[in-house]
Amino acid sequence: MPAPIRLRELIRTIRTARTQAEEREMIQKECAAIRSSFREEDNTYRCRNVAKLLYMHMLGYPAHFGQLECLKLIASQKFTDKRIGYLGAMLLLDERQDVHLLMTNCIKNDLNHSTQYVQGLALCTLGCMGSSEMCRDLAGEVEKLLKTSNSYLRKKAALCAVHVIRKVPELMEMFLPATKNLLSEKNHGVLHTSVVLLTEMCERSPDMLSHFRKLVPQLVRILKNLIMSGYSPEHDVSGISDPFLQVRILRLLRILGKGDDDSSEAMNDILAQVATNTETSKNVGNAILYETVLTIMDIKSESGLRVLAINILGRFLLNNDKNIRYVALTSLLKTVQTDHNAVQRHRSTIVDCLKDLDVSIKRRAMELSFALVNGNNIRGMMKELLYFLDSCDPDFKADCASGIFLAAEKYAPSKRWHIDTIMRVLTTAGSYVRDDSVPNLIQLITNSVQMHAYTVQRLYKALLDDISQQPLVQVASWCIGEYGDLLVSGQCEEEEPIQVSEDEVLDVLEGLLVSNLSTPVTRGYSLTAIMKLSTRFTCVPKRMSRIKKVVSIYGSSIDVELQQRAVEYNALFKKYDHMRPALLERMPIMEKTGTNGPAEIVQTNGETESTILDTKHLPNITQPASQANDLLDLLGGNDVVPVIQTTVPTKPASAGGELLDLLGDLSLTGGPTPTPAPSVPMSQPPFLLDGLTSQPLFNDIAAVIPPMTAYNKNGLKIEFTFERSNPNPNIAVITIHATNSTEADMTEFVFQAAVPKTFQLQLLSPSSNVVPALNQGSVTQVIRVLNPQKVRCYCEPRPHSASYRSRSSEISPFILKHLQ
Amino acid sequence: MNEAKCSWLGLIFSPVVLVQIRFILIQNRAGKTRLAKWYMQFDDDEKQKLIEEVHAVVTVRDAKHTNFVEFRNFKIIYRRYAGLYFCICVDVTDNNLAYLEAIHNFVEVLNEYFHNVCELDLVFNFYKVYTVVDEMFLAGEIRETSQTKVLKQLLMLQSLE
Repeated sequence: MPAPIRLRELIRTIRTARTQAEEREMIQKECAAIRSSFREEDNTYRCRNVAKLLYMHMLGYPAHFGQLECLKLIASQKFTDKRIGYLGAMLLLDERQDVHLLMTNCIKNDLNHSTQYVQGLALCTLGCMGSSEMCRDLAGEVEKLLKTSNSYLRKKAALCAVHVIRKVPELMEMFLPATKNLLSEKNHGVLHTSVVLLTEMCERSPDMLSHFRKLVPQLVRILKNLIMSGYSPEHDVSGISDPFLQVRILRLLRILGKGDDDSSEAMNDILAQVATNTETSKNVGNAILYETVLTIMDIKSESGLRVLAINILGRFLLNNDKNIRYVALTSLLKTVQTDHNAVQRHRSTIVDCLKDLDVSIKRRAMELSFALVNGNNIRGMMKELLYFLDSCDPDFKADCASGIFLAAEKYAPSKRWHIDTIMRVLTTAGSYVRDDSVPNLIQLITNSVQMHAYTVQRLYKALLDDISQQPLVQVASWCIGEYGDLLVSGQCEEEEPIQVSEDEVLDVLEGLLVSNLSTPVTRGYSLTAIMKLSTRFTCVPKRMSRIKKVVSIYGSSIDVELQQRAVEYNALFKKYDHMRPALLERMPIMEKTGTNGPAEIVQTNGETESTILDTKHLPNITQPASQANDLLDLLGGNDVVPVIQTTVPTKPASAGGELLDLLGDLSLTGGPTPTPAPSVPMSQPPFLLDGLTSQPLFNDIAAVIPPMTAYNKNGLKIEFTFERSNPNPNIAVITIHATNSTEADMTEFVFQAAVPKTFQLQLLSPSSNVVPALNQGSVTQVIRVLNPQKVRCYCEPRPHSASYRSRSSEISPFILKHLQ
Repeated sequence: MNEAKCSWLGLIFSPVVLVQIRFILIQNRAGKTRLAKWYMQFDDDEKQKLIEEVHAVVTVRDAKHTNFVEFRNFKIIYRRYAGLYFCICVDVTDNNLAYLEAIHNFVEVLNEYFHNVCELDLVFNFYKVYTVVDEMFLAGEIRETSQTKVLKQLLMLQSLE
C-alpha cells in the first residue's frame, strides 16, 4: 500500500476543487484511503492520517471513525503523535461519547510525565474537554501540579483547576491549601491564572469569599506595583504594564468588596489611583478604566469615588471610538437609577449620541434619554426625542413612541403641549404606535376637557392630509365622532378655527370607510363616529338619510364586527329612535386603569356634573326625559334629573361607574336586546351610595313596609315589596314583581324610574324582559333607593308592547309616606 | 476541616457561573471556518448552526458599527483583519474592551510566529494555530498574555517535532 499522501498535499488538492461536488468526491476518496490505512494498524502514518482527518473535519465532514485512532496516538510515546492525538481528542471527542473515558488513564500517565510539554498537553486537554468523571479522577494530579515550582505548568494547572471546579464544584476545597501562596508568585502568568482561580472560587462559594477577603491588602499591593513600576518589556501593551492582569485583579476586588465595608474601604485609594493615573489615549487604558468603573459601582464606595466613576463614563461618551461610547452608555444605563443626579450632568452628551450611526449606540442612548427625562428638562428632551423619532429606524419607532407617551404623561407642563406632542408622534410615526396606545390616548383626550375643540380640529386637519396611519386615523375618527359639534361650530380658542361643514366631515369619515388603507378596526371606529354624528349634528333630513344609508350598506358587510355594528345602528334608527340621542351622548370622562402609572381618578362632584349638564344643551337627550319631566312637574317644581342612558354600545369599557354614582344610576335594562353589553351600570357594588351623606334616613329602622300593588291595569300587575338593604340600612330595596294575566306574552318589558335630584336610584337587571302570559311566571327587578331628604318619589311603569303606548300612571302618594 | 465543610454547604446555594469564553472562531468572509475552539459542550449540528449565525451577524457589519454584537444571550466581540474575522463569544457582563485587546494580542502572536501571517498559513498549519490558541487561552480564560513568553514556548514545542 503506497504511503498516504502528506497533509500539505491533501490541503492543496482540496483547494483546487472548483465545486462542492468535486471537493466531496476528493474527500470521500481520501477518507476511504485513511480508513483502510487505519485497518492496517500502521503506526508510522497514523499521525499523518489523523491530521488529514482533522482537516476534513474542520471543513465540515464527518470524522467519527478517527476517534479511537486519536486514543492510540495519545498512548504513543512520540511527542508529535501525542500532540495530534490530543488535538484530535479535543476536536472530535466530547463528554457525550463514552470513548473519552478511555483517555483518562493516558492523561493520568501524561500528567506525571517527565517532559513538561507532555504534561502541558495533558493539562490542556483536561482543561478543555474533561468531563465530570475525568475531573473527579484526575483532580488530585492537577492539585499536585498546582504546587509545583514550574511556572509553565503552574499556569496550566491553575486554569485546569478552574475547569475542574466548574464541572465538579464539590472538589473546590481540595484546591484550597494550594492557593495559599499563589499570590506571592512573581511570574505574571501564574499570577494571572491564580487570580482567575480565586475569582472562580469566590464566585461559586460565599464561604470561600469570606475566606479570601483577607487577601485584599495583598491584591491592592500587587496592583499598586503594577501601576507604579516602570516599563516591563514582557507584559507591556502600549505602555501599560500587563493590562490583562490589572483587569483581572480589579474584577476580583469587585467580587471581594461587594457588600463588605472594610474591604471596600481598603480599596478606595487604589481605585482612585488607577482611575486618575491610567492613560486614556488607547483602548488598553480605557479597558482598565472601564473595569475600574464597574468595580467602583459595585462595591460600597464613597460618593466622591462614584462621582469620579460617572465622570469617567461621561468622558468616554466624548471619545471618538464608538466602542468606548457603547460601553459607556451601557454602564450609564445600569447606574442611572442609583446615581441619577450625577448622570444628569452628562445629559447633553447622551442626547447627542442619539445621532450616532451605530444602531446599538442609538438604542442605548434612547433608553438612557428616557430614563433621564424629568420635569425640568421635559421640553428640551422632547424636542430631541421627537427629532429622533422622525429619523430613526423603523425598529425603534414603536419603542420610542411608547416612551414618549409615557414621558409626556408624567411630566407634561401643560395640556396643550401634551396634545401637541401626541399629535406630532401620531403624524410622524403613526403606523408604528402600539395598539394599546390608542385607548390610552383617547382617555387622555377626554380628560383634557378644555382642549377638546382644539384637539378635534388638529386631528381633523391631520386626517385631511393623510389617512394611512391607522392609530392616528382611529383616534381622529373617535374624536370627530365625539366632538364633531365643536368642530363645525368653529369655537376653538387655542388656534385659528377652521370652517368646516357637517357634510365635509361626513365625507371624510365615509372616505375612511371605503378606503383600502383602513383596517377593519379603523372602519369600526369610523362607522361609530358617523353614527354619533347623527345626534351631534343638526337634524337635517337629508343628512340623516345619508347617515342611515351608510349604516344600512354595512349591514351586509363581510366583516362580522362591522356588520354587527351596522345592524344594531340600523335597529336604533328604525325601532329605537327615541333612545338614540341618549345612547349616543357624550362620553363621560374615563378613569384610567392602573397599568399606566398613577391613576388619575376623575374627581366627580363639581366638574363632572357640570360637564354632563353642559352637554345637555345639545339637542339630544330630551325624548325619554320629556315625558318624565311632564310627569314629575306634577310634584311641584322639583328639578329632575332625567333618565340618562350612559351605555354606549361600542366603546372599550369605560369605568363610567364612578360618574354614575352621583347622578343616579339609571339603567335601561333588558331594553333593546341587540345592544351588546350594557354592562357598566348593571353592576351592583355598594360603592354607589356609600360615600355619600350618611344622614340617617329612616328613623324607623324596624318598620317593615308591607308589599303593595303599584299598578294593575290591562292585565299587567306590578307589585312592590320593600326591605332595607343589609350593608346600608339607609337604602330601601324595592323588588318589583310583574305578572301578566292576558293571553299574550308581553315582550320587551322595560321598567323605568325617574327620581328627583335629591334621590339616588339604582335599577338592577330584571330577571327577563318577557312577561309570560296567563300569570305563568313573573319578571322581577330590584331597585335600590336612597332618600336622603325624605322627598316623595313616583314610580312609573312603562311597558312596551303593541297595545300599550307610553302611558303614565300615577301611583298613589301613600307609598311615599311609608318611605319617609 | 470546618472551613471545608462550610464551603461545601455554601456551594448548594450559589448560582452556577458559566465559562467566560464560550468559543473562539476565525472565519473568512465567505464563511469558511479557519479555526473553531469550543469551550462549552455543543452538538455538531448546534456548532454548525452557531458558526452560520455568527457569520451572518458579523459580516454585515462595517466600520461604522461597534465591535460588539449581542448574540442570543451572550455577546460576540470581533475584529476584522484583512479577510478574516476573529470572534470571541463571551458573557454579557464581561469587559468588552479587555477582550478586544486579547484578540489583538493573539493576532500579534500569530503574526510573529508565522512571520507576517496570511490566511493560507492558517490553512496549511491549522494544528499549529490550535497550539497557539492553547498557549494563550485555556478552559475559557485568558492564560498567557506575554507575547515573548508564548513565542518562546511555541518555538520549544516546534523543536520537539
